[in-house]
Order: sequence, then C-alpha cells, then structure tokens
Amino acid sequence: MKNKIIEKFGFVLITFSVIVTLAFLAIIIYMIFVKGFGVISWEFLTSVPRKGMTAGGVAPAIVGTFYLTVGAVIFALPLGLACAVYLNEYSPKGYIVNIIRMSINNLAGVPSVVFGLFGLAVFVKFFGFGVSILSGSLTLGILILPGIISASQEALMAVPQSIREASLALGATQWQTIRKTVVPAAIPGIMTGVILSVGRAAGETAPILFTAATFYKRGFPNSIFSEVMALPYHIYALMTEGTKPEQQTVIAYGCALILLAIVLLISAVAIILRNKYRSSYVH
Amino acid sequence: MSTENKARIEAVNVNFYYGAHKAIKNMSINFYDNKVTAFIGPSGCGKSTFIRLLNKMNELVPNTRVEGSIFLDGDDILDKKIDVVKIRRKVGMVFQKPNPFPKTIFQNIAYGLEINGERNKKTIADIVEQSLKKAALWNEVKDRLHDNALRLSGGQQQRLCIARCLAVEPEVILFDEPCASLDPISTSKIEDLILELKKQYTIAIVTHNMQQAARVSDYTAFMYLGELIEFGNTDKIFTVPREKKTEEYLSGKFG
Repeated sequence: MKNKIIEKFGFVLITFSVIVTLAFLAIIIYMIFVKGFGVISWEFLTSVPRKGMTAGGVAPAIVGTFYLTVGAVIFALPLGLACAVYLNEYSPKGYIVNIIRMSINNLAGVPSVVFGLFGLAVFVKFFGFGVSILSGSLTLGILILPGIISASQEALMAVPQSIREASLALGATQWQTIRKTVVPAAIPGIMTGVILSVGRAAGETAPILFTAATFYKRGFPNSIFSEVMALPYHIYALMTEGTKPEQQTVIAYGCALILLAIVLLISAVAIILRNKYRSSYVH
Repeated sequence: MSTENKARIEAVNVNFYYGAHKAIKNMSINFYDNKVTAFIGPSGCGKSTFIRLLNKMNELVPNTRVEGSIFLDGDDILDKKIDVVKIRRKVGMVFQKPNPFPKTIFQNIAYGLEINGERNKKTIADIVEQSLKKAALWNEVKDRLHDNALRLSGGQQQRLCIARCLAVEPEVILFDEPCASLDPISTSKIEDLILELKKQYTIAIVTHNMQQAARVSDYTAFMYLGELIEFGNTDKIFTVPREKKTEEYLSGKFG
C-alpha cells in the first residue's frame, strides 16, 4: 500500500514537471506572439529601419542572421563530421581519444562571449577579415562545432558494427565503408545535431558582437566581407539604446518573433531532410 | 585426404590471441574446392574466431595477435603486407545475424559491384538478377527490388546476404552460423542453397547444429578449447570418431 502511494506521488511529480516545462514554452511563445505580432507586416519584413530605428522594417537584420547561421553550418558541419568520423572510425581507441573527447566537451562549455573575443583576435584582426559575415560565421561555427561533433559521434556509434563488417567483407575499403554505408546510416542523427546547432547559432549575440554585427546599416550586405545587422543584436540595440523605448520595444518583440520563425524554418528543412533519409535508412 | 586435389586454403600452425588469451592453438587444416567443411564444437571453442581469420575480419578487433600461415592460392593471407581488400574479395562471408544494409534489395547487391568500380547499369542489373537467382530469392523479390531490404523476413534477409556475397564472385564462402536466428523452414532453404553453391565454391560453415553439419558438409572439424581435436570425412566423424572427446560431444555429454 505504501509503495502504491509513493508511486502515485512520484508519477504526479513527474507529470507536474512536464506541465511546468511546457507551460514555460507556451508562455514564451504566447508573449512574443502577442507583443510582437502587431508590428509584423510585409513592409516590416522587407524594408530597412528608418527614423533612428523607430519605424520601417528589419529586413537587413533578417538577411544578416540568415547568412551568419547558414555560414556557421557550412563551416562547422563538414569539419565536425570529419572530426566525428576520425574519433569514431579511425582513431585508436583509448587514452588519447578520451583526452580529445574531453577537450571537445570543454570547448562546448566555453562562454559565448569568450568565443566573441577569440573571433575578434583571430578572424577580425589576425586574418584581417574585418568585422564581417565571414568572421561572424567562423566564430559561430566554432561555437556550434562541439555540438555537431558529439551529435555526429553518437549517430555514428549507433550504426551497428554488423553493417561495417558486411561492407568490409565484400572487399570495401574502410573509406568506402564509411562514405557509402556508415555515414548515410548516421545522417538522421547528424541532422538532429544540425537542427539544435542552428537554433543556437541564430540566437547567439555575444559571438557576433565584435565579429560581424553592426548597430545600423543602411542597405543589405553585398559580400562575405560586409558587416551585417543581425536579429539578436538588433533586439539588444533596440532595448538598450535609442530614445523612444515605447516604439522600440514593440519592434524588438517583432524581431524576436521573426527570429523564432527563422529558427523553426531552418529546423524544418533539417527535419525534412532527416525524414527523407530515415525512410531509406531504417534502423 | 592427402590424395585429394590441391587445397584451396591451407592453414599451417595458426595461433591466435585475444590479449593474453590464446583462442586458437596450433591449428592446421585444409579446405578443398567444391567441398563443404563444417566446424563444430561447444560455444567459445574458437570456431568462429578461426573462420574469421580466413577473411581477416579479426583484424577489426583491437588487441589481437596472430601467428602461423594461411595460404590462399599461394599467398599467405596472414602476411602483414598482403592487401586486405584483395583477400576479402576472394573470401566472402555470411554472418550469424542477417546484416543487410539499410538500403533497397537492389542496392544491397549492387553495393559490392559499385565499390569494385562497376559503373555499367545493365551489367549491374544483370548480376543482381543472377545473384538473386543463385541465392533462390529472385522469385520472391523480383517485383519489389526497390523496397527496403529490412522489410524482408529473417530467412529472406539471410539469402539476400548470400546473394550479396555471390555478386562479387568470391572463390571461398564462409558461413558463420548462418541459421542461428532462423526458423526450420528458412534453415532448410539455406542448407539446400549451400549444397547447390558447393558446386562452384569452396565453403566453410560454423554450426552449433550437429544435424546441420551432418546434412551439408563433406568434412567436419571438431574443435575444443581452441584446438582442432579431430578432422575428417563427415560420415566417419559422425559414425566412428577416432577421439574420445569427439564422441562425447556428439553424444551430448557436454557442449
């Protein structure tokens, strides 16, 4: 009887935790929607800011965030996947791999503002890319690299050894086995890592603060060496600077809503890709 | 047996270690063309370990060591300098658990051809058909070649794995308990297939099922604790074994 009561209590507690979590998510989405939806219009999405950012649209920031995020994934996905393949398929198991793995996990724990300073020192100054899309993408890329590596590694580990043996036994080289069998079977898991990383890259402010973002830019970026406006930084700027907080706050919530929508959109593409592969590579 | 034609594979004084544990002890045995050699013995006696040496699959296991020689067409496949890929193309393998790739039936068989550089679509399609016919699977799958192979039943998957192996035209086929996870009907289909395949190939099969060894093999090797206890004609081994240990195992005293 006592055990039953404890079980009931535990179950209620767990259910309650789920409800609280979902409630927070619902409130966030609801608040942003209510406060931000009013300013969303075709003009808001497609025109540049006017009157000291109290009117007009946020198109340059949308475009900037899109470039920075896509750039980060283009940089981090091949590199991260290659690292994961090395760690999981090629490297001798043991001491050294554990150290590498630990280092990568530590990289994930580095505060994002530190990445921002690193990007400033290395990409902006040392390589001379300046404050630009390129510098910002590379910095964000390094930020999401650990996530992509560990997600890819987990996905590769989940590929059964029997499939590798099947390929090798047919006379495939290890490289052929990895390229044609192991990596394709791991794609759904890798995509999950990419989805999570996209959300992170699009939303981060600190890493682009010194490397890519600008407070205000009249037009759209015309090369990877242009500085850009970006949504998270634009929100920050609207809320902390300027002289007309009433108008600016509404625009900030509008930006937040768009940022959410962009993340969902990119994630959706990744999910579609993942499902496409899942149907041909069932586990 | 020495009066037989020349052996396709000749293993001489092979020792194999997992770390410090000696899993194969001074094993010497020959395999002949168009004959099936069965390996029987209790679990952990080294049967699977031994046949996995014949296509160098054990090299994937870390912390292992091998001594001795295994000659295939005159080359010592245990020689460090030998091309692993070349050996594996000559010595195909069918595993204990069916392990089709998570791809279509067609792609599963085309895989071995593609990695060997075959690009001609017609050639590939022809070989896929021939291989499926040889593996007695064609009639069951010819209308759904582009379905996912994992939707096939276990027995069909195992025949697909056999077809996949045949497509790359090996000389030798190793079966590592190919029926361990199959029902009796699928098992009998695989056995019929092995008897058919031996007309063209040299075959080695590991099995826990002694009736299976008796049904499909020409020669039987009985292994115990990493040693080859007895090797000879299957009829002889099952009726008048020379060694006491063999007789005890066959009569179910241990195993």
